[in-house]
Amino acid sequence: MSLARDVMTIAAVSAGAFFFLAGTVGLLRFPDTLTRLHALTKADNLGLGLVVLGLLPQAASLRDGLKLVGIWLLGLLAGATVSQLIARAARHGQLNR
Amino acid sequence: MSIETVIEIVLAAVVLTLGVWTIVVPETFSATVGFVAYGLLVALIWVRLDAADVALTEAAIGGGLGGVLLLGAAARLRDADMMADARPGKLLRAGAAALSVLTAAVLAGVVLLLPDPAPTLAPAAVANAWATGLSNPVTNVLMAFRAMDTMLEKVVLLLAIIGVWSLAPDSAWGGRPGPRHQADPRGVLAFLARLLPPVGIVIGIYILWTGSDHPGGAFQGGAILASMWLLAIMAGLADTPLVSHRSVRFILVAGPGLFLLVGLAGLLFGAAFLSYPPALAKPLILGIEIAMTLTIAATLGLLLAGAPERSTEP
Amino acid sequence: MTEFLTVAVGFILAMLALGLLSILRGPGDADRVMATQLIGTGGIATLLLLGTAASIPAAIDVALTLALLATFTSIAFVKKGLSRFAADGTASTEDE
Repeated sequence: MSLARDVMTIAAVSAGAFFFLAGTVGLLRFPDTLTRLHALTKADNLGLGLVVLGLLPQAASLRDGLKLVGIWLLGLLAGATVSQLIARAARHGQLNR
Repeated sequence: MSIETVIEIVLAAVVLTLGVWTIVVPETFSATVGFVAYGLLVALIWVRLDAADVALTEAAIGGGLGGVLLLGAAARLRDADMMADARPGKLLRAGAAALSVLTAAVLAGVVLLLPDPAPTLAPAAVANAWATGLSNPVTNVLMAFRAMDTMLEKVVLLLAIIGVWSLAPDSAWGGRPGPRHQADPRGVLAFLARLLPPVGIVIGIYILWTGSDHPGGAFQGGAILASMWLLAIMAGLADTPLVSHRSVRFILVAGPGLFLLVGLAGLLFGAAFLSYPPALAKPLILGIEIAMTLTIAATLGLLLAGAPERSTEP
Repeated sequence: MTEFLTVAVGFILAMLALGLLSILRGPGDADRVMATQLIGTGGIATLLLLGTAASIPAAIDVALTLALLATFTSIAFVKKGLSRFAADGTASTEDE
């Protein structure tokens, strides 16, 4: 049982780390604000989500597990809101230039 | 060299680089963003050092209120920069740099010269935890062993708000602080401001409640509640209160007031000022903490809202 | 397990550092504000991994606080803080 949990953790956290890598590569390579924002939200939503998924089997209690899921949901909400706000600010800035 | 050591070195290098960048970069706005990011990374270091209480404070203040305050100041400074173009002279900047380097060198020297093992009262604080019935040593120190310091700290917050309010013009005295914020009621910001505060209020109360046995407490909880209040204000869903309102004044003094009352009761009926009778220690401390959380939330929110600038008449 | 989680912490920290380098250069203010969002998310992931690897249960509460307040810097950027110039800032970014 413990082995199955560890395998799930390793698989999901590795996948999460890959999306953080993808997000960072996007930030380094993409040319403008809007595409970089797109790269950033990949790290936000999938990277964090997979790390949380991987840590769930290691959670000490049900309460810790619920907190982990709550953190991911808050992260999703933050990512969605922030990308909207920044994108509008960036577009507005371009129009004014 | 173990993996942990490598990670500590990487973390320290990132934080130091970001710190230097924040100082070197010429634009105010970039430096401010760098500083906010720096604060978030420092929270990681506090967790690594097993100082979760400090990390929680750093996250609650640096992540929310601190960022709003600093970015607002940077925006104001930028608008001011356009009007007046007076950069400090070379001599002044060199002097400031020399003083900063000196301060850093002295601090580094003091830390390096600490005796090994460093003198500590931590074992004594942990050994006397039975006296309060709380098992978080930090809360014990703040609320019982050094309760006087904590009480005076809250009085300082009160003095700070008096200082900010005293900047109000006579015509606006007793009015509402800050501008009335407007946002599209169907927009992203208003949506977030409806969704997040209920969750945030639960988390704020949880952080306060868990503070008696685990890292957390009144200040962190109050800072989270204040952030939620500010979010509703910034989204135009709520207005700042009239500073002359009786209930605002009451909440502002509730925390230190209750603290002082309990302290005086200890002087009259107990052993000394701020001594809790052991049987009542935990309920008394929790009561004070609840009052302080409200006071801290109101004070921090009003400090950020600024001086009253709209008079009582609409 | 601990070793694996520690390596993951190091990897995500390195990604964070690289991302910071690219973002803080700009060119616009919006790019720089993204840095705080990146540190927020990466920091939360690092905290959770670190808390599990080093058995610091309170790390979850720190991560929860960071996740709750993750939007604030960006909101402050859009609103230009609580300053008196805020009204213009919002009108322009929300009226679309």
